[in-house]
Amino acid sequence: METLLNDFSPGLFVVSTILLLALIGLMVKFAWKPILNSLEERESGIENALAAAENARKEMQNLTADNERLAKEARAEREAMMKEAREISDKIISDAKEDAKEVTTKLIETAQASIQQEKQAALAELKKNVAELSIGIAESVIKKELSSKKDQLDLVEGILKDVTLN
Amino acid sequence: MKVAQKSIKFLTISLIALFSATIFASGSDKKHDNQNDGGRVNTKEEVEAYILHHIKDSHDFSLYFYTGDDGERHHLGFPLPIILWTSEGLVTFMSSEFHNNDDGHVIVEKKGLKFAKVHSKILELDKGAATVSFDETHHATNANKVLDFSITKSVVGILLIGFLLLFWFSRLAKQYKTKQVPTGFARVLEPLVIYVRDEIARPNIGDKHYRRFTGYLLTVFFFIWILNLAGLTPLGFNVTGQLAVTACLAIFTLIIYSVSGTKGYWMHMIWMPGVPVLIRPVLAIIELAGALLIKPFSLLVRLFANISAGHIVVMSLIAIMFTLKESLGVVGATGLSLVLSFFITLIEVLVAFLQAYIFTMLSALFIGMAVEDHAEAH
Repeated sequence: METLLNDFSPGLFVVSTILLLALIGLMVKFAWKPILNSLEERESGIENALAAAENARKEMQNLTADNERLAKEARAEREAMMKEAREISDKIISDAKEDAKEVTTKLIETAQASIQQEKQAALAELKKNVAELSIGIAESVIKKELSSKKDQLDLVEGILKDVTLN
Repeated sequence: MKVAQKSIKFLTISLIALFSATIFASGSDKKHDNQNDGGRVNTKEEVEAYILHHIKDSHDFSLYFYTGDDGERHHLGFPLPIILWTSEGLVTFMSSEFHNNDDGHVIVEKKGLKFAKVHSKILELDKGAATVSFDETHHATNANKVLDFSITKSVVGILLIGFLLLFWFSRLAKQYKTKQVPTGFARVLEPLVIYVRDEIARPNIGDKHYRRFTGYLLTVFFFIWILNLAGLTPLGFNVTGQLAVTACLAIFTLIIYSVSGTKGYWMHMIWMPGVPVLIRPVLAIIELAGALLIKPFSLLVRLFANISAGHIVVMSLIAIMFTLKESLGVVGATGLSLVLSFFITLIEVLVAFLQAYIFTMLSALFIGMAVEDHAEAH
């Protein structure tokens, strides 16, 4: 202990106190303050950047979710539209088919009716012609006065020949 | 790059300047005593004396002694200024006037006062005395100690490391003005600063107050660490092994935590709440002794003892080279000494960091205890 106290130099103590005080002051002013400030600035900068990145990520997620939702909706809408269109087209087709059927049946009916009519008309005409022809034949027969049986037959045959030519 | 080149140039020039001064110094060294054999260290006693001399502060910067072509012993080193506060006021002269004598045989006369240097202490001789006389315990009987403000080797060490720290860290600080991440050597320093802040200051003092004390803690940490490392170089600084320096550091810590101590801290020390009133004064004595004496004392002794012990062990192991020369032979003793001192030096490198860490850590802890909020504890 005595040697320890003997080794203790008060002069060195004073000198080192002064030097250390100066060193601490200078270091704080020229080194530690700017260094610690810059470090803190940088750290807060990094923190902010990380937070911003996290926010951006979240926003991105929201956006993609939105996009997906929109796409889904669009798909559903499209499907609905397609379905509707198909239904409409089916309906149109079936309507058209029915219409066509109706029209054709009508057409067929009218055609049949007109055929019938035509037939009737033709029959009436035929009847009329036959009557006229018969009257004509009868007239000529009567005109020839039925001189001979043979002549009468030739005449009828001749007239009939004319008729077939018609 | 340019700055680095400049600094290298500066270092070279200052080194050349230093060594050119030494050459002049070495010429004038002459033998004045028989005991201090021109720095020769051969016997056990000389080894012991040399080690004890080394761990003390020194008034000149010795690098080594050698035998010149003329057969005389020369001393390579340079003198340092001696500044004394004596009975006649301020006295200054260069340490070369003692001619490396350390046992009081060389008397320097200034301002009508006679001075002698005994075991790295400068003594002022009593009026009328011509030489220093010693009693049987080798204490000077006719001389007194003077206040010695000399630029000793330790002061040179403090100045050197102080300038080095200022240079390094102000450059690191400047780098932040232009870039976010420092480059070069500053990149090594930055994580160390962050380490001290995040591992020592912040956890021990707390997020609220740590900012105020980080500057002090950083300075102390790097100061002790770099000086410890400098002590392991052949320059042989033993600054952190000087009681005066460690005492100074410990007292700084004491002042800081005493001044910044909260009301709660002092109240808990002087008038501890929650214990019987009769015990309170006893506790106060113990607490005050702990805070004002034991804490700084443990700080100063721990650092001093560790570094001094490290120096003594390293030098003792180096001295195996001489002390075991006879029993092991030159090669054996040298080899053993080299191997052992190599490994112990490695350990000392670790100790250099560890002691700086412990000192800073305990300082932070003491400060943290003083500034924490006591109100919430009860």
